[in-house]
Amino acid sequence: MSDVEVSPFPEGLWSQPAVDPSAIAELEGVEPVKSIRTPARLDYTYTAGISQSRFLRGMAEGKLLGERCRKCGKVYVPSRGACPVDGIPTEEIVELPSVGTVTSFCVVNVEFTGRGIDIPYASALVVPDGADLAVFGLIQEIPHDQVRMGMRVEAKWKDEADWETSFENIEYWRPNGEPDADYESYKEHI
Amino acid sequence: MRDVAIVGTAQSVHARRIDDRNEVEMLMPVLQELKDGLGVTQADLDFTCSGSTDYLAGQGFSFVGTLDGVGPYPPISESHVEADGAWALYEAWVKIQTGAADTALVYSYGKSSPGDLPRVLSRQLDPYYYGPLWPDSISMAALQARALLDSGKATERDLAEIAVRSRASAKDNPFATISGDFDVDEILAEDHVVSPLRKHDCPPVSDGAVAIVLAADDRARELTDTPAWIRGLDHRIDVHAIGLRDLTDSPSTRLAAGAAGVNDGAIDVAELHAPFTAQEVILREAIGLGDDIDVNPSGGALAANTMMAAGLVRIVEVANRISAGTAGRGVAHATAGHCLQQNLVCVLGAEP
Repeated sequence: MSDVEVSPFPEGLWSQPAVDPSAIAELEGVEPVKSIRTPARLDYTYTAGISQSRFLRGMAEGKLLGERCRKCGKVYVPSRGACPVDGIPTEEIVELPSVGTVTSFCVVNVEFTGRGIDIPYASALVVPDGADLAVFGLIQEIPHDQVRMGMRVEAKWKDEADWETSFENIEYWRPNGEPDADYESYKEHI
Repeated sequence: MRDVAIVGTAQSVHARRIDDRNEVEMLMPVLQELKDGLGVTQADLDFTCSGSTDYLAGQGFSFVGTLDGVGPYPPISESHVEADGAWALYEAWVKIQTGAADTALVYSYGKSSPGDLPRVLSRQLDPYYYGPLWPDSISMAALQARALLDSGKATERDLAEIAVRSRASAKDNPFATISGDFDVDEILAEDHVVSPLRKHDCPPVSDGAVAIVLAADDRARELTDTPAWIRGLDHRIDVHAIGLRDLTDSPSTRLAAGAAGVNDGAIDVAELHAPFTAQEVILREAIGLGDDIDVNPSGGALAANTMMAAGLVRIVEVANRISAGTAGRGVAHATAGHCLQQNLVCVLGAEP
């Protein structure tokens, strides 16, 4: 039983179920549903892959390992496996000093859950010496309003006993006392 | 219309689990093999289109990460579909038709092993009515199989025979996840996974990648002596809500097959993307394939079902047979969504 106009589509292309309008009439005055909550959660086992596994194994030994592309010579840290310029695997492992230059930074004024750091604080991109890619880190042991581009910094590692296959082994970066780097020396990495 | 051909193909082994390589590391050797085989570099390819989904490996912007493996610098013309690579091929084919490109790289990949695939696939459903119930993909396919059995169009034995034939065919496919000789009576004696589906009615979960190069007209003839020409290409969708569909039929496949001109000539080979046995019965009927046609000589999706790649792999399997001269004209089909909701049909031939 339906008084709904049937779609003019050819047979087999469309089907429209019969609607009983009396059911709709019975809903009159019923409180409408304004929102529903449908929690969704999916769990995954992360695959680090060949290059990132090498990087994380290096971390567990207190080493910052980059990988060089044999074609363009750029050094990525961490490498995700492919040179994004040439599309070939990065296979030459390069141990980098945990000293570098701040190329960019921001002052964080918003609290993130689980961070446990007093705001405001500075997050920065740091290019380790000899690398062509900046890593993300916190800048500490200096007031946030004194952080600047070109600032020379060193990694503050966790205690060796706490090293894991994790980038979090570098707790933060701090000024190493060297004079600021020339803009020319890091402008390619901004 | 421009004549467009598949001039080169490559695929990885579709393994149950690739846990030593991430997505780009899994894809890169396939791209390299394809380009080296054709003697081209990324600079020779006017357009690049990929198909994948972040939900499989749980990797945000997965396709951006895998673009690194293409060599996208200097900047390339690039696009992505959140769909099987067969739809990426469609976009690239349209791009070539517009004249904006003469060549295109199309690839897709899926790494399903990091997650719980049947649950992950439930996220394709609408978030209000079906999604909150978390119906897994096997249960959805079971509804379809039950409807088919109840209609009298097939028996459980027919379905078991499809599984046995597919996995025997896959013995010649070095990329398959599952292959071998199975016995119909033995597998019919097994318990149901989700009634009426037994394990053999379901596809394996596979990790892998596939890639092709498309080229138009004379450019195709320059790149290979044996292009597999796209003679027809069309894709259609059925309504999303399962309850509004006759699950024993696939009107969208029938329309796509008609528009692609499947039955305008004889068919030597058909590769159907039917992850579940019952779906092969439905697709054969919708496309209008006779019993004499060689269906899924690769083993099909019952032998290797890399999500987002298995549809494009069907096209590759037909193209390879045409390029090898073992088939003159063939049809490939790709599907997406639950219970054959979206369907693409591609007709390939040795002549443009």
